[in-house]
Amino acid sequence: MSKSVSSHNLRIRVAGLNMPNPTMLASGILGVSAETLRVVTEAGAGAVVTKSVGLKPSSGYPNPTVIQVECGFLNAVGLPNPGIHRFVEEIKILKDIGIPLIVSVFGFSPEEYAKTSSIAIEAGASAIELNLSCPHVKGTGAEIGQDPNMVKLTVKSVKDRVDKPVFAKLTPNTAHITELAEAAASAGADAITAINTVRAMAIDVETFKPILANKFGGLSGAAIKPIAVRCVYEIYETVNVPVIGCGGIRNWRDAVEFMLAGASAIQVGSAIAFEGLSIFRSICDGIDTYLKRKGFRSVGEIIGLAHKK
Amino acid sequence: MRLLGWHIKNNIVRIVEIELVKPENPQVKTIFFRDELCSLAEPGQFIMVWIPGVDEIPLSLSYTSRDGLSSITVARVGEATRALTSLEAGDLIGVRGPFGLGFKIVGGSALIIGGGTGMAPLMMLIDKLVEKSIKVTVIEGAEDVNKLIFMDRLKDLSESKGVNVLFATKDGSYGSKGLATELAEELLHRREFDVIYTCGPERMIRRAYELAKLHSIDFQASLERYMRCAIGICGSCVIGRYRVCKDGPVFDVAKIKDVEKYLGNLKYNERGEMVPV
Repeated sequence: MSKSVSSHNLRIRVAGLNMPNPTMLASGILGVSAETLRVVTEAGAGAVVTKSVGLKPSSGYPNPTVIQVECGFLNAVGLPNPGIHRFVEEIKILKDIGIPLIVSVFGFSPEEYAKTSSIAIEAGASAIELNLSCPHVKGTGAEIGQDPNMVKLTVKSVKDRVDKPVFAKLTPNTAHITELAEAAASAGADAITAINTVRAMAIDVETFKPILANKFGGLSGAAIKPIAVRCVYEIYETVNVPVIGCGGIRNWRDAVEFMLAGASAIQVGSAIAFEGLSIFRSICDGIDTYLKRKGFRSVGEIIGLAHKK
Repeated sequence: MRLLGWHIKNNIVRIVEIELVKPENPQVKTIFFRDELCSLAEPGQFIMVWIPGVDEIPLSLSYTSRDGLSSITVARVGEATRALTSLEAGDLIGVRGPFGLGFKIVGGSALIIGGGTGMAPLMMLIDKLVEKSIKVTVIEGAEDVNKLIFMDRLKDLSESKGVNVLFATKDGSYGSKGLATELAEELLHRREFDVIYTCGPERMIRRAYELAKLHSIDFQASLERYMRCAIGICGSCVIGRYRVCKDGPVFDVAKIKDVEKYLGNLKYNERGEMVPV
């Protein structure tokens, strides 16, 4: 591992998880197989989050599922996954991965979230990230995650079943994301991940058709970064658990901006399409240089600095 | 500060009009359209073809020319390809790409082994090899004479460009009786080749790889996996440590070695379940 990525000043502890640096692979990106997650780990990520997995296998939607728009990507993949009972084979292979392995979980009821989470933890996951925010599948994700009461019930049922950290990944498709964060924290969530994609669509003018097979999808990338920074800032002021920032992060400057807003760690997704997997190292190198230039001894010192009066 | 674009130029969906549909055999059609980016593709690169309202599928380009004319060659096997092969001149499709790594041209004499629509990227490769005056032998394999494709293009390559074109059919209805790789094996005992290029059914690719190892010759194969984003982020098309869309679809011998245990044996399906190829 390169010096920068494991350098002492980048180490961070988030909700009890020790990370060599604050970068994480976002859920839904390359998280299907153990071997790919290992490649991402070798590339320098401080933690990895798997693709969301549910209790039963699912094929997701037909293509087009991922398309490019002016300011990022639109996706409606539809939560394809082999089901947790098959996915444990991938989790088990990653026992020696050396960084936190966070399994993203979705369900169609609080009980399903809890059951899937407990199987993932039993197989060796370091933590669970609850997908309370996928904007394009009926009966799960944001359909549960937009209701503070359901968020509370879901987080509580998972916390009752597992003894490892539980993150709640929240949706920006709501009037008050802070209410969702408060609901999650009050039910025992160990961290809040913000944000998932913004519900969106694109229509082709030549054929008059929505391009995504599912018509609606989630917007990621540059366009949502300012929304995500605002959400992280608001959540940081509202709850006392760590916030993990996600949305349009492409370089060290973006990462630092999220951390100043209150993020203890940041997740990278869409930008991998442009920067490749070297993005983890380059963000770490950039943060390292920034910390030295500004006279900080540890990355933890910049968390939430934008809130100082 | 560096200005960061969130655009991959090739990844924008372009709507193109089908100019011509050419039947290759009762199941396979070559569809011609005009698109500048596609026409600049390297042999072995692929595109995502959107059949509006139906599906979007990865397909290798089978022909490109400097004036923008490009083609894909598709067999009717499922719902998407049934819809695509039913389209006619004047109909609209969406294309994005080309994507991925194509064939690397190496010197010496080339043996090309293709099966089914796996011949598509190989046709573009043959054109390029011929252009570079490289000695080429082609083996096209199929179940029977009615499944063979690109017959007129191959005939032309044989007659006017000196390409050695051979056929193998399982039932012996055309060319040698048996598999393309069986004919290749025979050939490799009699003649020296420097490289094998292959695309087609993965068991055929596996067998071709074993032959390349046995005869210590260079090897490149175009692989296929279930695909979604085509830009290396969704993880659907992974084989071992590689993404077929980004690190492939053409795998050189070093990468093939890394995925040996999967080649012709195992793949992830659209649910991410490991299943037999």
